[in-house]
Amino acid sequence: MSPRKTGSQKKEKSFEEALDRLEQIVLELEEGELSLEDALGKFEEGIKLSEFCMQKLTQAEGKVKKLIKTAKGEFKTEDFETSEEQ
Amino acid sequence: MVSDMWSDRRQPEKVYTVTEITREIKRTLEQGFPSVWVEGEISNYLLHSSGHRYFTMKDESSQIRCTLWRFRGPQLRFEPENGMKVMAWGDVTVYEKNGQYQLDVSELVPAGMGRLEMAFRQLKERLFQEGLFDEEHKKPIPRFPETIGIVTSPTGAAIRDMVRIVHDRFPAVEILVRPTRVQGDGAAEDVAQAIRDLNEYQGIDVMIVGRGGGSLEDLWAFNEEVVARAIYHSQIPVISAVGHEIDFTISDFVADLRAPTPSAAAQMVVEDREDLLEQVRLGMGKLASTLSAITNVSRQRLIAIKESYGFRRPLDIITQRSQKVDEVSRLLMVGSENLLREKRDRLSLFGEKLKALSPSAILKRGYCVARKLPEMMVLTDAQAVKTEDQIELRLYKGRIKSRVELIHPD
Repeated sequence: MSPRKTGSQKKEKSFEEALDRLEQIVLELEEGELSLEDALGKFEEGIKLSEFCMQKLTQAEGKVKKLIKTAKGEFKTEDFETSEEQ
Repeated sequence: MVSDMWSDRRQPEKVYTVTEITREIKRTLEQGFPSVWVEGEISNYLLHSSGHRYFTMKDESSQIRCTLWRFRGPQLRFEPENGMKVMAWGDVTVYEKNGQYQLDVSELVPAGMGRLEMAFRQLKERLFQEGLFDEEHKKPIPRFPETIGIVTSPTGAAIRDMVRIVHDRFPAVEILVRPTRVQGDGAAEDVAQAIRDLNEYQGIDVMIVGRGGGSLEDLWAFNEEVVARAIYHSQIPVISAVGHEIDFTISDFVADLRAPTPSAAAQMVVEDREDLLEQVRLGMGKLASTLSAITNVSRQRLIAIKESYGFRRPLDIITQRSQKVDEVSRLLMVGSENLLREKRDRLSLFGEKLKALSPSAILKRGYCVARKLPEMMVLTDAQAVKTEDQIELRLYKGRIKSRVELIHPD
């Protein structure tokens, strides 16, 4: 139960964190108080973060499922088609 | 005549007992009046510990006793109060014990105000007092949910629009629909259960609870206390999205966020991918430009350092050393020149000796060199010329051009 939750939250956070971190790095670079070495490091990290975000944003469409509770009280999911249900 | 009339009337053809006449009245009244609506103002309202409710409905000149039995209580959408104008649906009955007729109320609705509207106001006030709408209780909506739960009817435009809009804006999001009835009997309980189910299932980052537009009655499930409490107790942030923009429901007040419509909820729950992509691209651009700015600054600093005193000192050492090298090499040069002069002196000594051997020294002693013209061939044999040949004589000083007259071969 909980691994799924933490797993999904961790993944969800990583995009948010990546974007936040990217913003932070840009700010730090813009302040211009970093050593050249640090700046290069941050730049590299920033590029990686950008690529990660890009990849996340251009990811394929997520699934649409419906939640069903069985007679035993267990959950199962099935594909949900809005058009079919019409 | 008069006495006859009286005597006729007083004929004891039929004598009722009190109970009998009461029963007869009761029967007549109850049969004479089918269920009726009666409008009036509540007074003497009493909710008895037995759960039955007793009150009087009155207008300017009359009043009627009313009862509302305990088993009807749960159907009441609001709690009656004294002074409240209401419409009661019920049957006229007679309470035999005290012979009073009364209205057995089966439904009570506020007069002037819609029944549902009244119930809405009262529930809203009660839940507000209880703290269900408190801002402190509201959970933040995650900025980038990965899985979105939706509690709504599986059919209709609302779910279709929500799925489409969410995926248009942020395709990677997964959607889990918990289908529910959204109107009619049992809808409220179903919605409440759906909210609890999504909490139990876990892995949902945020949920949208709602339905498309409809009449106040259609939307009523979302004004039910059971739904309000399910939302309140949800561990997952809830966005309420019921009906149109003008429709406010209890769900809206309890929820962590109110969306004016289901479509609006879909727009609020995920950020637009295009905006985000733009943001990321902007970030990348800034990265590049700030990096080049920083390297420029570093380059400037490097130049400054190169020209600083501290950096010039080692250079100074180098120039000093090279100066020494120059000195040494000058000494070397002087030394070698001396050597050279010595050699030259010796050479000139040999030169004197060589001069003594030079032909001009011989000529000086009175010899001359004869050469045949025009080939300038040095003559060492008289037979090499013929008479009339021209010859040149080279003396110590000057030359003589002459002609052969006579040859004496030795």
